[in-house]
Amino acid sequence: MSYLSIRNLSARLKGRPDQILRRVSLEVAAGEVRGLVGESGAGKSMIGKAILGTLPQSVEITGGQIILDGTDLLALPAAQRRTLIGAKCALIPQDPLTALNPSRRIGPQITNRLVDILHWSRADAEKRARDLLAEVQIPDPERVMRSYPHELSGGMRQRILIASAFAAEPKLIIADEPTTALDVTVQKQILKLIAAMQARHGTALLFVTHDLGVVSKVCQSLSVLYAGYVLEDSTIPEFFHAPKHPYSRALLAATPKYTDPDGSLTPVSDAVIAATRAEVEAADRSAHV
Amino acid sequence: MQFLQSVLLRLCTTLITLAGVAVIVFFVIRVVPGNPIAMMLPPGATEADVARLTALYGLDKSIPQQFLIWLSGVVQGDFGTSITTKQPVLQLVLSRLPATLELSVMALIIAIIIGGFMALTGTRLRGSKTEAAIDIGNGMALSVPDFLWGLILILAFGVLIPIFHISGRVTPSLPLPFSTNFYLTESLLRLRFDLWLDIAAHMFMPALALAIPLAAIISQLLKQSLKETMHLDYVTLARTKGYSETHVILREALPNAILPTLTLVGVQFTFLIGGTVIIERLFSYEGLGNMAIDAVINRDLPLIQGIVILFAVIFTGVNLLVDLTYAALNPRLRHA
Ligand SMILES: Nc1ncnc2c1ncn2[C@@H]1O[C@H](COP(=O)(O)OP(=O)(O)OP(=O)(O)O)[C@@H](O)[C@H]1O
Ligand SMILES: [Mg+2]
Repeated sequence: MSYLSIRNLSARLKGRPDQILRRVSLEVAAGEVRGLVGESGAGKSMIGKAILGTLPQSVEITGGQIILDGTDLLALPAAQRRTLIGAKCALIPQDPLTALNPSRRIGPQITNRLVDILHWSRADAEKRARDLLAEVQIPDPERVMRSYPHELSGGMRQRILIASAFAAEPKLIIADEPTTALDVTVQKQILKLIAAMQARHGTALLFVTHDLGVVSKVCQSLSVLYAGYVLEDSTIPEFFHAPKHPYSRALLAATPKYTDPDGSLTPVSDAVIAATRAEVEAADRSAHV
Repeated sequence: MQFLQSVLLRLCTTLITLAGVAVIVFFVIRVVPGNPIAMMLPPGATEADVARLTALYGLDKSIPQQFLIWLSGVVQGDFGTSITTKQPVLQLVLSRLPATLELSVMALIIAIIIGGFMALTGTRLRGSKTEAAIDIGNGMALSVPDFLWGLILILAFGVLIPIFHISGRVTPSLPLPFSTNFYLTESLLRLRFDLWLDIAAHMFMPALALAIPLAAIISQLLKQSLKETMHLDYVTLARTKGYSETHVILREALPNAILPTLTLVGVQFTFLIGGTVIIERLFSYEGLGNMAIDAVINRDLPLIQGIVILFAVIFTGVNLLVDLTYAALNPRLRHA
């Protein structure tokens, strides 16, 4: 039984025919880590935003369901949906430098959800924040909780955001390229940390990334997105040994390590892209009949 | 420590600014045509009378000499004597200052309440007809200057529906138990709500006239600033935590959106204080501005000089206050 189940989700720019998501279906089982890959602009972040209810005002959902733990989010009144998401989901954002409020101390930014939304006592919430900060290997959690974001490094802030995401023990975390804004040296540590936290807490994770190398290390299954359309849905062994879609094969060939490391990389060819485009458009047409 | 240093530095530059203002005003009002002595004397006065009075007020000396005399007085706290009323300038000016301060601060409070409410409503309902209506309202409020708003208000609430007083500061027949000239503040502290209401009803229309353009500016700036802030990642993150749109605007976006608005509002507030000159005249409000106009009409040079200096002190004081508030609200500066 999937914890998150997206069925035929379509979205477009308001008043425009351009589809941003095309009948996207995607499942994340409880405790599973699913990768979501695709080129820039494919709609990966839009899927995350659709789940969390933070789509830009210019984008509207035109059909489909987002079923979280048995409840269709899109059928709920806005206020109820918000609190449900706040209690069961969390986001690890892309850029730790902009994801913390510059005028508030770190402590309240971690505890606010626990106190305001989940009605914990302040003391319990603060203890929880301290424990989590220690768990993400932040030295001197007490001091950090009293700090303002600008006093901390990017890597520290991302650790804080990870701690904050796990604070309410959500059953699903969405991580949207959580390491791309960081230094290469810090990227590895943060990735390891997310994987370790996920394993320890048994949280399902939807992991948005460009990097197939990361996917192979962290994820158990994978969805490949192209122009808002899911081309392939595979387990990790399936994908890396026998990718189903020509676009996936081309994507693998364009990635170092999975071909001969000394061999030349072949970028995704125009022919494959044209064929994939045609397939997506044909699918669109048949869906509209 | 560093903070104290920067405050001292600001005080020094403020003093230099004030000195500059004093010099310029002193010379300008003596160069423009119009003779205070001629204004004082009856039509049949002789040349000798004129000469005697001119000498009495020191106006026969050269302008630089006059300035030195005036300056040596100022250093001892003596701003000269008003030519028309024969009273010390400092005493006159300080007796009117509370009226103008209360009016300006009341106008500022009204502007912040109206402007802040409009900005928050427009942000909460962005993209709706309400937001469009707020934008149009802002445009209208800004395209009419404060004294015209004064006239419009007088017509509306003084003549058509007479619910507010259109002239003066307090009903003249009321006995006033006050020991300061801060009538509005003191009536509140003395719990004399009857008097407070009377004074507020006098102050309301001039304050509103001053407040309308500033309210529009606050509404526009704050709404723009909020709009930019609402797109930032930490606001989105707060949304995913389950907070309502209203909470997100008030708690996450507003504290950060206020900062860029604050400095501009400070500058605009000094313009508002400048606007009191005409507004006080229009509503016969017994403040500094009204006194300034009388002083100019009578060419009461020492009084003009004193009023201008006081306005300059107020302006620089407001700017200093804004900078300090900015530093206090911004954690990045607080720790620097
Ligand atoms: N605020 C917005 N308003 C309208 N359209 C948008 C907005 N943000 C993104 N889009 C469009 O939606 C589509 C999907 O964007 P999305 O951000 O989901 O891509 P992505 O797969 O996350 O790409 P990236 O890897 O660059 O983050 C793109 O075509 C993009 O142009
Ligand atoms: Mg993205």
